[in-house]
Amino acid sequence: MSDAEDVITRAHHEEWARVVAALTRRFGDLDIAEEAAAEAFATAVERWPADGVPPNPGAWLTTTANRKAIDRIRRENKRDDKHKEAQMVYDNDPPEPVGAVDDDRLRLIFTCCHPALAMEARLALTLRMVGGLTVPEIARAFLVAETAMERRITRAKAKIKAARIPYRVPAVEDLPARVSGVLAVLYLVFNEGYLATGPATDPLRHGLTAEAIRLTRLIRALMPGDGEVAGLLALMLLTEARRTARISAGGELVALDEQDRGAWDTGLIAEGHRLVRERLAAAAAGAAPGRYQILAAINAVHTSARDIRDTDWSQVLALYDQLVRLDPSPIIALNRAIAVAELDGPRVALAAVDRLEDKLAGYHAYHATRADLLRRQGHSQQSRAAYDKAIELAGNTAETAYLTRRRDQLR
Amino acid sequence: MRYLVSVIDDKSNPGSTDRRPAISAFNERLIAEGYWVFSGGLADTDAATVIDNRGEQAVFSDGPFVESKEYLAGVWVWEAPDLDVALKLAAEASKVCDRKVEVRPFR
Repeated sequence: MSDAEDVITRAHHEEWARVVAALTRRFGDLDIAEEAAAEAFATAVERWPADGVPPNPGAWLTTTANRKAIDRIRRENKRDDKHKEAQMVYDNDPPEPVGAVDDDRLRLIFTCCHPALAMEARLALTLRMVGGLTVPEIARAFLVAETAMERRITRAKAKIKAARIPYRVPAVEDLPARVSGVLAVLYLVFNEGYLATGPATDPLRHGLTAEAIRLTRLIRALMPGDGEVAGLLALMLLTEARRTARISAGGELVALDEQDRGAWDTGLIAEGHRLVRERLAAAAAGAAPGRYQILAAINAVHTSARDIRDTDWSQVLALYDQLVRLDPSPIIALNRAIAVAELDGPRVALAAVDRLEDKLAGYHAYHATRADLLRRQGHSQQSRAAYDKAIELAGNTAETAYLTRRRDQLR
Repeated sequence: MRYLVSVIDDKSNPGSTDRRPAISAFNERLIAEGYWVFSGGLADTDAATVIDNRGEQAVFSDGPFVESKEYLAGVWVWEAPDLDVALKLAAEASKVCDRKVEVRPFR
């Protein structure tokens, strides 16, 4: 009994996107594909525990979903002509330029992450169509009412159909921009799990980080040659490795310098380091690394230090310098200043941070960083004011707890 | 698939007025490549008249966009196989006419 349930759970993880993608290609309609896939899985839940698991669960699910889709189209045969008319545009050429595999799942991912869709629609659609999460699950993850989430997904599907967003892997010349659009969606999902923005949820939501990693692994398998895909996966793994050490028993965020490094997940770190080494070799051969690869490398430096005092800060700073050239955003400059503080002291770092005031005055991490740098110079009064401001702006409960303790330790 | 491409101008920050030759050249290319169905620039919103004849008698008034900051300055109609093609052309169109453009499919 529970064997069949395990197989179904696994099949859902492994086969959902494949079934939806294949059906979308065959029937040219995301709605039909989604509904038929859901029905096929529901049938499996009903039958497999009693009848036994079929020898090839994936093939069984695809066949069953195909039959459900055909049933639905027949049932609505009145709509048939209209349906043919509204079919999505797809190409029949295998998407060879990106990788070794011709996989419909790539088409599905690029369609769900299409730049003509609003970012929140892309997130929802990707989690539903590629990730196989249910609408209530996605609604809970983003603190949106179920009906609103349902509407968001329905509207996105309607736009794909009405505006003819194609079901295809982009042309080689458009690929880097489109891949970075896909990665941005996955990184947002991951970050929401890594440090939830709202005060009304758990501060860390493992479900979301795990889902983001699973989907990034899938894209990595589909596009093994893409450096930024490898970089993002490494970045997620090296961040996730520290998950349990990031929250204290009392529910307070634990900063990097106070974490119990023995609690880090060595398996994830080893996997992340392997990916970073792979990209370093590519960079040595002349491939210019993108921002995810550089961020992953920074995390690799941190996770290589068994003690905070062993951290190679000059390496961290060199990587931030590289990143600033690629992405001159004030948030990167803020993080760079933290490395500067370790090398040149808090006074030099504070001067660099203060220059960012115009752009970051509304960002809690700006004030938290200032507070810490002021504290380290013994300016308790000013530090307290900066902590107050950071606490006022921070949304995450674990972070607020951490900042409050730090403030109250000042004398 | 047909797409309506609306050129959106901003009264407080209008696009440049010397775009005509570039737009003509772009139109010729659209025609040569088979995308062009129709195009035209519009007179100022001051010149618009709204007619509402749903009641007893026809009522005439100024257009609703006279007071608005953003307004429709011109249109294209294109025939394109899918949105990716239309968006690529629209990105060029925005540069060529120095204004925002909206791409909207016909039903």
